[in-house]
Amino acid sequence: MTLNDLPRRTPAIVESVNDQSPNDNIARRLRELGFVAGEQVEVVAEGPLGGEPLLVQVGFTRFALRRAEASRVQLRTGEANA
Amino acid sequence: MNAPAVPLRLALIGNPNCGKTALFNQLTGSRQKVANYAGVTVERKEGRLHSAASGRSYAVLDLPGAYSLHAASLDEAITRDLCRGFLPGEPVPDVLVCVVDATNLRLHLRFALEVRELGRPMILAVNMADVARRRGVTVDLEALERELGVPVVETVAVKRNGAKALIEEIDRLAAVRHAPAKQLPEGADLHQETRRLLSAAVSMPTRTAKVDDALDRWLLHPVFGLLALAVVMFLIFQAVYAWATPMMDAIEAATAWLGATVGGALPEGPLNSLLVEGIIAGLGGVIVFLPQILILFAFILALEESGYLPRAAFLLDRMMASAGLSGRSFIPLLSSFACAIPGIMATRSIQDPRDRLATILVAPLMTCSARLPVYALLIGAFIPQKQVWGVFNQQGLVLFGLYFAGIVSALIVSWVMKKWRRDKSEHPLLLELPSYRIPHARDLLIGLWERAWIFLRRVGGIILALTILLWFLLSFPGAPADATMPAIDYSFAGRIGHAMTAIFAPIGFNWQICIALIPGMAAREVAVSSLATVYALSAADDDAAAQALTPLISDGWSLATALSLLVWFIYAPMCISTLATIKRETNSWKKMSFATLYLFALAYGASFVTYQVAVLLGAG
Repeated sequence: MTLNDLPRRTPAIVESVNDQSPNDNIARRLRELGFVAGEQVEVVAEGPLGGEPLLVQVGFTRFALRRAEASRVQLRTGEANA
Repeated sequence: MNAPAVPLRLALIGNPNCGKTALFNQLTGSRQKVANYAGVTVERKEGRLHSAASGRSYAVLDLPGAYSLHAASLDEAITRDLCRGFLPGEPVPDVLVCVVDATNLRLHLRFALEVRELGRPMILAVNMADVARRRGVTVDLEALERELGVPVVETVAVKRNGAKALIEEIDRLAAVRHAPAKQLPEGADLHQETRRLLSAAVSMPTRTAKVDDALDRWLLHPVFGLLALAVVMFLIFQAVYAWATPMMDAIEAATAWLGATVGGALPEGPLNSLLVEGIIAGLGGVIVFLPQILILFAFILALEESGYLPRAAFLLDRMMASAGLSGRSFIPLLSSFACAIPGIMATRSIQDPRDRLATILVAPLMTCSARLPVYALLIGAFIPQKQVWGVFNQQGLVLFGLYFAGIVSALIVSWVMKKWRRDKSEHPLLLELPSYRIPHARDLLIGLWERAWIFLRRVGGIILALTILLWFLLSFPGAPADATMPAIDYSFAGRIGHAMTAIFAPIGFNWQICIALIPGMAAREVAVSSLATVYALSAADDDAAAQALTPLISDGWSLATALSLLVWFIYAPMCISTLATIKRETNSWKKMSFATLYLFALAYGASFVTYQVAVLLGAG
């Protein structure tokens, strides 16, 4: 499951951020912003049109991500979203 | 006291939204110099800090906010290069002050670790300590200092003396200038180290502030959020147009008085004419927009400081992305309703170069306040005052339609540019929505002062040069002694105007309009006073000249001509200051020429269609 599929207001744990191309700058930036293994994330809100962008809480910070960006974030399954 | 001749150089470095600029204001007060880094449009802010305790003086640099030294934007590249001493003409800072937000340490401490790895003398300023305490966050400064290996101080940037501990620490470190006591091995995981630091020195009861949760629940709601945004925008527009009027009237009166006084004191002649009609009237015509721009900027700054603007970008991102822009384009486009120049300057906050260029190119389509006098004159003269469907005023509807046409055209233009480029690469949003904060008066005032000053400096020089040129074109050569036609007909401007009718006849412009378009290039609203001049000078006697312009044009022009001119003003690239700003901000003559040509083509095409259709419908 990726962050893109995560229902709203459901905490989950990040597994990894996947590069969609070699040297994916967006994936690297996501890691720098705190999307790293073991970190808790939660979708707090969605944009008014087409559910985009997503407002994601990671650590103590909220970031607006488009779905294409969120789909790089792989989540751990079977944990924290029971 | 052996104060060095060259002051030591401090640099404030930190994540966006860490309160760095507020801290910079606290340290340097109003002793700031704002410019650009050489060759790029990244703002360079430098100030002076005088430490009363040690008697030392420091040069303080406020570096652009960065999430990482792995630069993803021009701002971050500047910060990275400056810290490493790779930026020509910028010596490496002697001491780095890394600013972190005490309520957002998970993100900010990771960057502080990156900064520490530079191996430069460094202080960690744990900012917004007051907000953190209110939220129940406790930071053990001693433990953090021990684990991090650099001096750690607490700051409250928005409180008097909130940087006292920081200044003491700066004095101490400036005397010895030692590198950080700790370094991580090459390739160490900074996130892991950040978690270790947090568990050693910080306790946080909750991950978020309750007030942020509550506000975001409403302000980002698909329905209430958009409604709230509409209300906020309506209030801003109301304020920009209603509150500014008395101040604008006062500036106009002052300009007229100054012109009359100077005109009366000097003997008749070219110098008198240049000063009064050229310089004073020309500069007055620009300064008159300052109240609107200041009010608009006060709102934008307050919304920015409060954390609401990124929320607006969040709400509008999808809509703007489908038109080839980004949520971040919202703020520059909003500013462009007052004046495109500050709007284009505000595009610096858009990191993605493609999104930034698209925003710059469509910003002139937003109806700036300089078009209002032209719209007001034409609507007043040609659109009858009557009620439509019992509630709406027809004149008001036309004005609304003109604004609306500008917005829709901008969306279409940016959409076409996106399709045309066939750009498949991904342009990320990755926008931080910071905690809500109450804006601080000092930071608002300093921000306002800076922007007003930049606007006046940018615009002043260009307008001054142009008004002198236009005055020359309008005044020379003078009419011969046996002149049968008004003096303006013999001037260069008159000849150019007559020549222009060849091009502009198909869109219904007569030679008077063509002449008025020339001085209108300095600032659009000047077109109105030029029309008055042209008609006054063309009129046979003083009585006609004294008459108001409205009856003259409503008798003299066809409705088709008036409509065509209204449409022309939606698009026409007639403001030289805007074009000069585009050149400066894009650093490219090619992009500026493209903007000019496409706007001109749009204006001509739209006016042509309007005029011809109106003539066909019998309005010719």
